[in-house]
Amino acid sequence: MRAWAVALLLLTGVPAVAEPPPPPDVPLADPVAEQKAKALMGELRCLTCQNQSIADSGAAQAQAMRVEVRERIAAGEEPEAVRAFFVERYGDWVSFVPPARQDTALLWAAPLLFLALGAVLVMRRIRR
Amino acid sequence: MTMGTRALWLLPLALFAGLVVLMAGNLGKPQQAVVRSHLVGKPVPALALEGVAGAQGLTNADLASGKPVLLNLFASWCLPCAVEAPQLEALRAKGVTIHAIAVRDQPADVEGFLAKHGNPFGRIGQDPGGRMMIAFGASGVPETFVVDGKGIIRFQHLGEIRAEHVPMLMAELEKAR
Repeated sequence: MRAWAVALLLLTGVPAVAEPPPPPDVPLADPVAEQKAKALMGELRCLTCQNQSIADSGAAQAQAMRVEVRERIAAGEEPEAVRAFFVERYGDWVSFVPPARQDTALLWAAPLLFLALGAVLVMRRIRR
Repeated sequence: MTMGTRALWLLPLALFAGLVVLMAGNLGKPQQAVVRSHLVGKPVPALALEGVAGAQGLTNADLASGKPVLLNLFASWCLPCAVEAPQLEALRAKGVTIHAIAVRDQPADVEGFLAKHGNPFGRIGQDPGGRMMIAFGASGVPETFVVDGKGIIRFQHLGEIRAEHVPMLMAELEKAR
């Protein structure tokens, strides 16, 4: 009997301290704006579950970030301006899309460089 | 096959071995990156928050009062926030003004938390949606910012304030003077 009571308590008891679950998402009424917002959410990193985008994460802060994205898009901001808002606060790290700058040139050029290398190797093989 | 080409064949294997060593070295290390706010050195974002638990609300004027203050982001549901309560009390006892933002919290829960762990705060602003955390570039609770007399963020402390952090925060407040 007692064991059952303990088991029941363990199953139904809530921890004394727990973060309240985030409120449900409210999509924007305008489907085009919602689409824009959703696309950006997939490219912003969640700070709580760092390998997830805020679109995928169930964390409360990701939800707050989605609200921020939706409100800014609804107010007419371009997705790139909204991304810049987050980068200004958290750095490049918060965006899954690396910025195109001088110091990231090698990163962006790498696929072309490797393709060229492959082409050279294939050419040499054919000539032989 | 000459020696040179044989060495070339071994190159992918060597690269792979290098990768394995790199990955094995990272096993067991914490995956959570520490994300610092990029607003350090910049002005406090615009804020006008309602008060909670009998405290007055928080506006930009309170964070540009002519002397450096601490701004603590906390929540009643956050365990480390309870851990740092004695240290905040110690800072208050040293004459430091500490304002706070209650993140994603209910007024009754904030009251209960402060009744249990003490209330070292001057003003407490409510942030029911967690939007102020984003505005400050904060990545979790608790976090503590040193804001100078002109409303410029001068320092960010991530996580709970432990006893050894108190002198460091006092020094940062002095630097912000």
